[in-house]
Amino acid sequence: MRRRLLSLLLLCTIGLIVYSCQDAGQLRQDIYYTNGRDLYIKYCQNCHGVNGEGLSALAPPLTDTIFLLQNKQKIACYIKNGLSEQVTIHGQQYQEKMPDFPTLANIDLAQIVVYITNSFGNKQGHYTPEQVADDLKNCK
Amino acid sequence: MKFKHYLFSAALIATTLSFTSCKETKKLPVYGQREAKEVKNADGTVSVDTVYQTIPAFKFLNQDSTYITNDTFKDKIYIADFFFTSCSTICPTMHRNMKEIFEKYKDNPDVMYLSHTIDFKYDTPSRLKEYAKKLGVDGPKWQFAYGSKDSVYKIAEKDYLVAVGEDSTQRDGYIHQGWLVLIDKEKRIRGAYDGTNKEQVAQLMKDIPVLLAEDKK
Repeated sequence: MRRRLLSLLLLCTIGLIVYSCQDAGQLRQDIYYTNGRDLYIKYCQNCHGVNGEGLSALAPPLTDTIFLLQNKQKIACYIKNGLSEQVTIHGQQYQEKMPDFPTLANIDLAQIVVYITNSFGNKQGHYTPEQVADDLKNCK
Repeated sequence: MKFKHYLFSAALIATTLSFTSCKETKKLPVYGQREAKEVKNADGTVSVDTVYQTIPAFKFLNQDSTYITNDTFKDKIYIADFFFTSCSTICPTMHRNMKEIFEKYKDNPDVMYLSHTIDFKYDTPSRLKEYAKKLGVDGPKWQFAYGSKDSVYKIAEKDYLVAVGEDSTQRDGYIHQGWLVLIDKEKRIRGAYDGTNKEQVAQLMKDIPVLLAEDKK
């Protein structure tokens, strides 16, 4: 009985170690995701909607996974500097001006990018403030 | 002690009864200032009547650059609000919600919508037209009104009771409240609902049929 209990305990410990190892990266992404959601609600949701559905032809949806994948390096620029050039989302053209959010720090931008690119049908994984910093150097 | 108990339950039953009996004749309140006025009846006697606050005559340019007046909304109930097209804060949410109502009452000719822009510098009729088209609501049912700063700001604050203003400290340049104001066929204010609040918008959706039913009697 005692041996069984001990072995069970051992198994649990090993399991826990493996589980927490796997989840270190996932955990960090989850933290970014949750913070990103709060920022999204504050800065983005008015126009892009609670489910990223956009607003008619005024604001594009965030459900075009191919666009977001191809333009991932530009998302931070779009948010920080705004966007006035025309974009094609789901085959439809949008040209309303998107406002800029210059006060957002790199970590905020990274968190928003993580939230957007892992919601609304997107699943692109983690993004770091360092990557955002690199992206911002290449803004047009 | 026991008597008190009875009294309490009696009161409880009475209130429940009055609530349920009220259901049949549910009416929306009338908002705004009101005054008592003496009127002469046909038989020569004098009685007192209540005069309610109403939306006064107005004249604005709409998204088609034609004038709209209060006659445009004759025998209609309508929902009025104040916004501007470059607004990035509450306006998109307000119009997202208002569009939902618009879609629901698409086939009802008695319901109309009136959005006033408070950006008298930039939101010209052609700009409003573009906005209406892009929102997907361009048509006679939803009017977008453009007017001078004085005329729009005055009707907002004095008549629709919505606070609006220019504010250079705001990034968009303007501040305003997000009320969706429900106006009846006699131009009286019958409700004001926060256009950014889901529950209040849902209440507005419930109140529209109540107001429409009033005139059917």
